[in-house]
Amino acid sequence: MALLTLVRDLLQTPAVATALWIGSIVAVVSGCAGVFTVVRGQSFAGHALGDVGSTGAAAAYLTAVQPLYGFLGIGLLGGLAIDRLGNRARERDVATGIVLSLTMGLSALLLFLITEQTSATGGPLSILFGSIFTVAPAVTLPVELFSLLALGLLAVLYRPLVFASLSPETARARGVRVGLVGTLFMVALVIAVEESSLVAGALLSTALLIGPAAAAVNWTRQIGHTLALSAFLGVAAVVLGIVLSYESYFWPPLHRGWPVSFFIVMLVLVEYIASRLWRRRREATA
Amino acid sequence: MMHVLGLLFPPGLLTAPFMQNAWISGSAVAILSALVGFFAVLRGATFVAHAVPRASFAGAAGAALVGGDTLLGLGIFSAISALGIAFLTSRRDRGQITALVLAAALGLGALFLALGDAYAPQVYALLFGQIVGISRADVLGILGLTGLTAAAVAVLYRPLLFVSVAPDVAEARGVSRHRFNVLFLLLVALSATAAVPVVGALLSFSLMVGPAAAASYFGRSPASALWLSVAIGLVSVWLALVLAYDTGMPVGFFVAVVTAAFYGLGRLWALTADPLADAA
Repeated sequence: MALLTLVRDLLQTPAVATALWIGSIVAVVSGCAGVFTVVRGQSFAGHALGDVGSTGAAAAYLTAVQPLYGFLGIGLLGGLAIDRLGNRARERDVATGIVLSLTMGLSALLLFLITEQTSATGGPLSILFGSIFTVAPAVTLPVELFSLLALGLLAVLYRPLVFASLSPETARARGVRVGLVGTLFMVALVIAVEESSLVAGALLSTALLIGPAAAAVNWTRQIGHTLALSAFLGVAAVVLGIVLSYESYFWPPLHRGWPVSFFIVMLVLVEYIASRLWRRRREATA
Repeated sequence: MMHVLGLLFPPGLLTAPFMQNAWISGSAVAILSALVGFFAVLRGATFVAHAVPRASFAGAAGAALVGGDTLLGLGIFSAISALGIAFLTSRRDRGQITALVLAAALGLGALFLALGDAYAPQVYALLFGQIVGISRADVLGILGLTGLTAAAVAVLYRPLLFVSVAPDVAEARGVSRHRFNVLFLLLVALSATAAVPVVGALLSFSLMVGPAAAASYFGRSPASALWLSVAIGLVSVWLALVLAYDTGMPVGFFVAVVTAAFYGLGRLWALTADPLADAA
């Protein structure tokens, strides 16, 4: 297998090896949280949290705090605000929008202050378009730990969360605390989105959260299978995307390397489109 | 008192040419965003209102790469993403198509930026806007797009309101839900094209969602909510321009804070008017 030899070669390069490892972890966590996000119809919140987190990153940059805690701190504030303000379905979309709008305004202010103070423009830009090849080694361990925390939370919540997501009214009638389950899920979602936003940029965090999950929902019937497939599709897109991005340095005519986020997003889209086509064929034959 | 007024309204606020352009184009964008945002809030389509202007950013990056016109790039990408969302979304879907179309556009944007040699401050300008950097020619273009959108809203108002409030009844009466969804998304694309060069991709969204969301709590009828969202949008932009001029800080920050404050007032108003509403 040429691909396997290539991956083995890539693992010799420390930056690429870290990218593959961290990217895969993030893809698994996003893939699992994404299934519930899609089923619960919280795609907007899932996307918004990525942008919200970059505001925290700008604040962290300004105050010289570790960016991960900036992402997680603001993400948690934003996520809980969305959860509290959007307690009725009709209001959820608008509340998400307002939280997003407010944090983006704050982001404009913080980036303005950063450029005022430091006249450095590269730093803030890498906050907005983070690159998986520049993950700081110090971040690896915290990301691993927070990933375990998010997966653990999803595992503990699993049964009530599935119940509350698929049929909230019945779950409520059977005594499941739907609101509490929703809030705890929001915490897991915040961790998933913020760590992928940190290591891969806000753009990829949305793609990895929604794409593999939406594809897996089309392909499977049992929620256990959906979760496994979603995590697998996410990891596949990340690994293949990193390999292609590495390869693209040798592509004519530019020889300068295409961004990894572009490849991962496109691979995720291919997975989703394939699942749509498959589903349509199945429904046509059924 | 005069002293405070002097501080708030320093000379040049109204007379400097760049400020005059900012007042005119800012007001136009506020009106246009409030008109379209009213329907976005009514239809529960705030994600789309965020995604289309944000996706159009990729078009501007593409225009920079091939040396084309920025407004044209914005227009093409916002139209493509709006149509993509309109035609790919199925009825079961609750936002994932919007998220995926947005991710696709941003992925392309990342590619365009990497392949071109876009200068970082120009990228900022597209994301966060440069309301004080607008030329007279830009102002005319924005006024034209605003007029076009306002005319479209005037023509579509009744059927679009009907299909947004009661889609099933409207469908039974022969008003196509799908066709009006496409038309609504094209309206969003049009307003995004006008708004992004003025307030930026990220904050054209503030003007779409904030005023309309606040007005939805205060307005007693759809028409009064529509006019109220226009009024709140205008007041927000004007207040933000004054504050930005006084402090030198970004306009977008003040727009976001002021519109969110109006929304907060709306929520409180709804709470006092109907204390049980929020407990449900």
